[in-house]
Amino acid sequence: MRTIRYILQKEFIQVFRNKTMLPMIFLLPLIQMLMLVFAATYELKNVNIYVVNQDLSETSRELVSRFEASPFFNIYDASFDVQDAESSFNREEADFVMLIPPGFERDLIREDQAKLQLLINAIDGNKASLIYSYTLGILKGFNKVVIAEWKSLPEFNPPRRIEVKDSYWFNPELDYKWYMAPGILAILVTIIGMFLSGMNLVREKEIGTIEQLNVTPIKKYQFILGKLVPFLVIALFDLAFGLVIARVAFNMPIVGSLPLLFGFAALYLVGVLGLGLFISTITETQQQVMFVTYFFMMIFILMGGIFTPVESMPGWAQDLNRINPIYYFMRIMRMVVLKGSGFFDLIEEFVSLTMIGITFLALSIWRYRKTS
Amino acid sequence: MNQQIPVITVKDMVKKFGSFTANNHLNFEVYKGEIFGFLGANGAGKTTAMRILCGLSAPTSGEITVGGFDVYTQTEQVKRNIGYMSQKFSLYEDMTIAENIRFYAGIYGISVKQRKEKEQLLLKKLNLESERDKLIASLPLGWKQKLAFSIAIFHDPQIVFLDEPTGGVDPITRRQFWDFIYEAAAEGKTIFVTTHYMDEAEYCDRVSIMVEGRIAALDTPDKLKKQFQSEDMNGVFLKLARRVGSSESGVESKKRINKNRKS
Repeated sequence: MRTIRYILQKEFIQVFRNKTMLPMIFLLPLIQMLMLVFAATYELKNVNIYVVNQDLSETSRELVSRFEASPFFNIYDASFDVQDAESSFNREEADFVMLIPPGFERDLIREDQAKLQLLINAIDGNKASLIYSYTLGILKGFNKVVIAEWKSLPEFNPPRRIEVKDSYWFNPELDYKWYMAPGILAILVTIIGMFLSGMNLVREKEIGTIEQLNVTPIKKYQFILGKLVPFLVIALFDLAFGLVIARVAFNMPIVGSLPLLFGFAALYLVGVLGLGLFISTITETQQQVMFVTYFFMMIFILMGGIFTPVESMPGWAQDLNRINPIYYFMRIMRMVVLKGSGFFDLIEEFVSLTMIGITFLALSIWRYRKTS
Repeated sequence: MNQQIPVITVKDMVKKFGSFTANNHLNFEVYKGEIFGFLGANGAGKTTAMRILCGLSAPTSGEITVGGFDVYTQTEQVKRNIGYMSQKFSLYEDMTIAENIRFYAGIYGISVKQRKEKEQLLLKKLNLESERDKLIASLPLGWKQKLAFSIAIFHDPQIVFLDEPTGGVDPITRRQFWDFIYEAAAEGKTIFVTTHYMDEAEYCDRVSIMVEGRIAALDTPDKLKKQFQSEDMNGVFLKLARRVGSSESGVESKKRINKNRKS
């Protein structure tokens, strides 16, 4: 036990004497949280519509003004010529072309139906389907008014229908930042922990001091713990710092228990730091560690469900996520912070993270060789 | 020295890296309190042999004991009884002298009180009392080497392994360094030192010269000089290297060694 104390003391001295360390600990979370959380948004705003209104009737103008009034849409340009719209479309200026053919109003009156063409840029499929559903919403509302006005159905006697009243739980204002902030924080904590610990170990290999340690009676687990604990502490500190930023900058509520969140974070970090250390036991230089760690991070992060819901991934990807620590931690962060989930809601995550942690830590201790 | 109590015994030690044999059936003993020089050209296998004795590298075969402990099964006891200083600089540059001492003393389980006493004596001896809280990085190389040696023997090991300890330092510092080595030997510590400075070989009690993975000669410097009819160790070394190297050109064998080392 005393040996570990001396090892930790040495590691902390070196960490804080490193000039790049303090900026890293404070600036990284600040920049990531303030920049990425705002930038990584799925909220749909400022969709550019190109209107080709060949009808120019009262009805068609009314329809266009409905789009204009929507906060999501923005009339980018208008023309009579479909060619103009198409070229604007191709230049990536307009997201969406609405073509109102001549005789729109006439058909509506005479035949009770009229045709309308919508062309949506679907390079980003997600965005396209959002645009489509928003557009349908506006059209539906427009329809109702048309029916009410022309069919002269009295407003006080509307046809029976199911009334849907929605209320959003856990994020009532649908603030995307509240959804992204815990996710970005999860990544931040991972980067800090995994890179720093791995690079630190391999640096001792590069300088050659590891040889000196290997001829001492230091035990393998003591050495690995010495490399793990300081970065776990730093990562937890950054988690706290990041939560404060989210609270202050985005007014994000922290519904769940903080001790629970930090307990889970520590458990999670044992796993990812274990992986980082394992990588550094099988590599020789900091470049190699960076490269291999980056490879794993990339896969873990993109599969972990920060941007895309894991539920919509193919089955094999969901299976693969069972060994992805970021997947569990991302869930835990969002569940505890936004929903206030308790320990018993997170039993599955607890068991999985414990197993991942034990595995990676054991691997790194096993693979660290005092004798080559 | 007089009683000739063996503290290191090596029988038939073999170390292979793939098809390359770095240590080819080495046999020798090192006695308590002696300064044992391990000489050889670069790539002759001396560092490999030393690393095996320190427990840094596993031998392919052979019976080896260090300080009375078996290197295969009693590695931790071996490590408690040895000190090691490598050619790469082994102190932490970003820590102060005092912090380095505290760390190494700590992992060998030396008590705080004992550490403080020894630290004071050591700094006084090295004339570094005023530099106690300076970073190692700020010290000149010669001081670093002396300090590294002192810290390597801080826990009073029976045997000290020095892997080319004086590489890159000036002759005066080298001479001072050897005074330290004599002092440690006088305390009864066994010194096992590799070098390729032939003048340093003269300072050793016994010298073994390795050529291409084998021990080509092993005796006191005087006897070796007589045996090879040479005035100094340099002559002995050149004669030995030539004799063995005649079957194969030096450049060729070097190439082969380098190739094998990389793989």
